[in-house]
Amino acid sequence: MAIEKTYAEINEKIKSGKAVVLTAEEVISLVEEKGITEAARSVDVVTTGTFGAMCSSGVFLNFGHSKPRIRMQKVWLNGVPAYTGIAAVDAYLGATELPEDDPCNNNYPGEFRYGGGHVIQDLVARKQVKLEAVSYGTDCYPRKELETFLTLDDLNEATLFNPRNAYQNYNCAVNLSGRTIYTYMGMLKPNLGNAHYSSAGQLSPLLNDPYFLTIGIGTRIFLGGGVGYVAWNGTQHFPGIQQDSAGKSYGPAGGTLSVIGDLKQMKPNWLVGTSFLGYGATLSVGLGIPIPILNEEVMRCVSVTDRDLYAPIVDYSEAYGQRIPGNLGFASYAELKSGRINLNGREIPTAPLSSYPKAREVAGILKNWIQKGEFLLTEPVKLLPSYKDEIASRTLEIKGI
Amino acid sequence: MSPKKIILRFGKDIADKPIIYCLVRDYDLVINILKANVDQNKEGTMVLELTGEKYDQGLAFLKNQGVRVQPLAEEVFRNEEKCTSCGACTDICPSGALYMERPSMEVKFESDNCIVCQICVKICPVKAMEVRF
Repeated sequence: MAIEKTYAEINEKIKSGKAVVLTAEEVISLVEEKGITEAARSVDVVTTGTFGAMCSSGVFLNFGHSKPRIRMQKVWLNGVPAYTGIAAVDAYLGATELPEDDPCNNNYPGEFRYGGGHVIQDLVARKQVKLEAVSYGTDCYPRKELETFLTLDDLNEATLFNPRNAYQNYNCAVNLSGRTIYTYMGMLKPNLGNAHYSSAGQLSPLLNDPYFLTIGIGTRIFLGGGVGYVAWNGTQHFPGIQQDSAGKSYGPAGGTLSVIGDLKQMKPNWLVGTSFLGYGATLSVGLGIPIPILNEEVMRCVSVTDRDLYAPIVDYSEAYGQRIPGNLGFASYAELKSGRINLNGREIPTAPLSSYPKAREVAGILKNWIQKGEFLLTEPVKLLPSYKDEIASRTLEIKGI
Repeated sequence: MSPKKIILRFGKDIADKPIIYCLVRDYDLVINILKANVDQNKEGTMVLELTGEKYDQGLAFLKNQGVRVQPLAEEVFRNEEKCTSCGACTDICPSGALYMERPSMEVKFESDNCIVCQICVKICPVKAMEVRF
């Protein structure tokens, strides 16, 4: 008889402390030993995790009203501007925002030592942050400027809202040119001197639910060390199955998530200000998703290993920047994690940009929360588009008037 | 105790002389070159470990030749609290002092192998690598 479990049944088991929870790493050996059916019968939840730079992250802030009031047409937090084209004393601080006096790449490669992501980490660490605001003055908002210090606890709301996180899969970046290049994939040495990848592979949330059978709007998740929710699909959500020119399949890629949560209950070791030499500032985010084992199909998906998952190898010296389609081939995460890949008969050293030990820690913490009955699963209000929806990416064409 | 690391700086006027060879032949010193950047048109630098009974005479010879000798006082440290073990440094570090332990995928730092080139300090995305004097 086919195995079918409901969210309610799984939650009952969690509440009574009887749920069987494994991480996406631990479940692999169980499935290898017992098979899909037996594993699906015995396991209720599989936890996933990832920790890496996620540029499309930021926080909505409400500062409260000063006396006299100011509308806050422009604001800066520790010198980093935040977007204020919304209601009075609301702002959105983006992870990649830089101080206006940052030298950027004028002194190439720029260091980008402090940006929006670093401000977010300082806020979560309960450090005092300098707020500056200016405005044009109105009858109802007479004040024109303001300078003060605040901590996260002084704010009315601080809502982390990340429009594009948890990339299902990512490129393996290489450099075919004759000079060192500095990218959001790190420092790439000339003439295929190294290869950088950025995924937790077999632990990564969306590689464990490749067809979006369980993750949807309202899914409760581990976000930044606290609890968050899936708000929507992420921007550039183009779930698909990778293929080479001969039509051979190389597994899932293309999905993204938009996630939300209360910054005040998050932790500074899971939201880390990050700088990429020659590229910019961003935020490294710890994110984990529990996958309810509703049936054997879901179990088959979470039993995926690094040997089954592939990253496309892309040249970042020209092909990426010039949007030249195609890739140089695929490398499995098992190969990438071994420290060397083979490309056109050449051995290239590899290094990750996302932390596998931290990904493992996220999945472990989430497992612990569920085992202790502190974290219940939510049935999505609506599932997200999958590869079946065949969403094609649009490009931006440069047109005259 | 590991041998002291010293840094030699030589001007372009002496960059073409076989100075290191003399340290071995005339002073019987054991030399481990950790880093060398010698260009006949520029000032050269060399980081090395030097041991032997005639250590002091060897240093005096270097100074006579116009080589400026200083102890390698700077050291690179890893701030363990900040390091996330992302791994971005592990294929950039030229001496293998920073490396990935497998299968745990934890980043390890073997400071004895560090040649203080400081490239990790520049590229570490979370600024976990620090220079101390």
